[in-house]
Amino acid sequence: MPDNLGTSPNEVQFRFREDEVVDHPAVTVDSFLDQSNAAAVRIEPGDDTRELLPHLGRIKLVEVNFPGFMDGRGYSAARVLREAGYEGEIRAVGEVLIDQLAIMRRCGFDAFAPADMLDETDAERAFGLWDNVYQKTTDGRAPIWQKRHG
Amino acid sequence: MYKYDNYDQEMVDTRVAEFRDQTRRRLEGKMTEDQFKPLRLQNGLYLQLHAYMLRVAVPYGTLNSTQMHALADIADKYDRGYGHFTTRQNIQYNWIKLEEAPDLLADLAKVEMHAIQTSGNCIRNISSDQYAGAAADELVDPRPYAELLRQWSSFHPEFLHLPRKFKICVIASDTDRAAMRLHDIGIQIVKNDAGEIGCAFYVGGGMGRTPMIAPLIREFVPLDQLITYSEACLRVYNRYGRRDNKYKARIKILVHEMGKDEYARQVEEEFAHLLEQGIEPPLAELERIKTYFQDPEFKTGLTDKADRSDENFARWVDSNCMPHKTPGYVAVTISLKPVGGIPGDASTEQMHVMADLAKEYSFDECRVTHAQNIVLPHVEIGRLNELYGKLAEAGLATANIDHIGDIIACPGLDYCSLANARSIPVAQKISQRFAENGKGETLGQLKLKISGCINACGHHHAGHIGILGVDKKGTENYQLLLGGSEAEDTSLAKITGPGFDEAGIVDAVEKAADVYLAQREDGERFLDTYRRIGMDPFKEALYA
Repeated sequence: MPDNLGTSPNEVQFRFREDEVVDHPAVTVDSFLDQSNAAAVRIEPGDDTRELLPHLGRIKLVEVNFPGFMDGRGYSAARVLREAGYEGEIRAVGEVLIDQLAIMRRCGFDAFAPADMLDETDAERAFGLWDNVYQKTTDGRAPIWQKRHG
Repeated sequence: MYKYDNYDQEMVDTRVAEFRDQTRRRLEGKMTEDQFKPLRLQNGLYLQLHAYMLRVAVPYGTLNSTQMHALADIADKYDRGYGHFTTRQNIQYNWIKLEEAPDLLADLAKVEMHAIQTSGNCIRNISSDQYAGAAADELVDPRPYAELLRQWSSFHPEFLHLPRKFKICVIASDTDRAAMRLHDIGIQIVKNDAGEIGCAFYVGGGMGRTPMIAPLIREFVPLDQLITYSEACLRVYNRYGRRDNKYKARIKILVHEMGKDEYARQVEEEFAHLLEQGIEPPLAELERIKTYFQDPEFKTGLTDKADRSDENFARWVDSNCMPHKTPGYVAVTISLKPVGGIPGDASTEQMHVMADLAKEYSFDECRVTHAQNIVLPHVEIGRLNELYGKLAEAGLATANIDHIGDIIACPGLDYCSLANARSIPVAQKISQRFAENGKGETLGQLKLKISGCINACGHHHAGHIGILGVDKKGTENYQLLLGGSEAEDTSLAKITGPGFDEAGIVDAVEKAADVYLAQREDGERFLDTYRRIGMDPFKEALYA
């Protein structure tokens, strides 16, 4: 199993964190569970994110890979991590496109390393497009129903 | 009916701006067609055989007259003067230009409408009972729950890239007029032993190439956990639904392969976890929505008798009017199935007429039915004669609801890029045949449903008589199915045997109808007779 498959800090195009960019090589979920010292892990669409939950304390970076942008399992993976209280970096890697950015943010992604660099202007517009949201997630935004009822 | 507040309006306006920008980037070549496709699909835009098709959402099938007028105007402005009402209570336009689609969506937004998530691998428009708020047999009006789910499912960030499309239906009576158990999630609003209102969840139904009737997954979900439980159902599907084969990607396959008990167990686990996440809107939100669905100001002391001296009128009343919960009123179904017509089609003029009549006779409301007709839900019995006269003038007074001429049909090979055979000409010929031979009325309730391919958009699995168009070595061929039902006695139709050509299938339907007429016992519908005598007598008549 090839290790050291993660993205490097200079591949991160957008980041919504104040802390320093995590620069640990990410390993597969299987490798991570076998090693006690790995601090970065990459989740593939078929992986069971919940296997990581007992180890959140030592994880500094989770990369969630989108080999194809139509496979939406990574959105659930990110939410499961955030709902479990994980506060480290969640980096979307692979086929990350302009029109996925806003919903990835909603699901808990806070760093983006697209395989193909995105147009900065289009990306900025996408991140800021939606002033309001209908659902509650862990991104801290008040859903419309909360604004309606105080 | 529901009215947008500033938030709802802002959401659809933002969506229009987003799609306008996406279209610009596509037209400028900044994204590939593969990248653009799911975006346009989630705005209702399909590329069909001849042009783009745009599907507009009609949430739970409810429209006011302003909206119906707007749909008519869109047919004129962007299409060729007609629209097609669909089996999911929506409307489709068949001749749309990509460059004009953002303007069309902007026109919709002006009347609190949209095309959000009417296609694509996401949660689609929520369907419901077309007689909601009018039916005498309903526990409550199901639409506030559907609206709550509409808002939750719109732009849900986790569920916009599901393994496959996802359809939810909400009803609130034991009589099922919305094919509830043939949905990915069917919800029936029920009352438990303690007298509390809640939701029964049926998960994993559907038609398509592998039809399944949804099993009951949970008998009772309290109202203040409806969204949380739905989210749990979707998350288990998003994580474990198959993505290796698009034909096995619907939730029905997951529930079937995993087993309903195991699926239910995993949902319970996820549900317990999500309950701690506080994702459920407060009951006050449901109450806020409910205020928009209060009864209109029904009059009292109305007559419950119409003047039945006109034979055609009397026939129309018997076939197209449904008892109402309020004395003096009925719900009227306007048939969009004239003899020889295209099922579900309405012209610009007819849509304007229906809008005007909804305003004048039905408290400004109309509904789209899954059988591709339009309902005026609250009409005074004393004004039926007047209404009938106006409908007749517009060619909208066909008296055939749930009869053999009231055919459900998909667009088929005349429009659809997936189809193997044409549906529309077969529907036209069958309705003409049974008008000419005069058997239509004698047959009574007989639901005939035609799909032009195995994807089953024309609900052939659920037809008392179903027809499936297939491609047989380059020619169109039609299989005949018998015994399906989309109602509370849900069943899946079975294929009779070898298929027929276009002329042959019309004859075959008549032969099947004749077997019923010869064998029926008192009060039996076609479906009842079939269930009693079985397939063999029909086979004998068809293949002798």
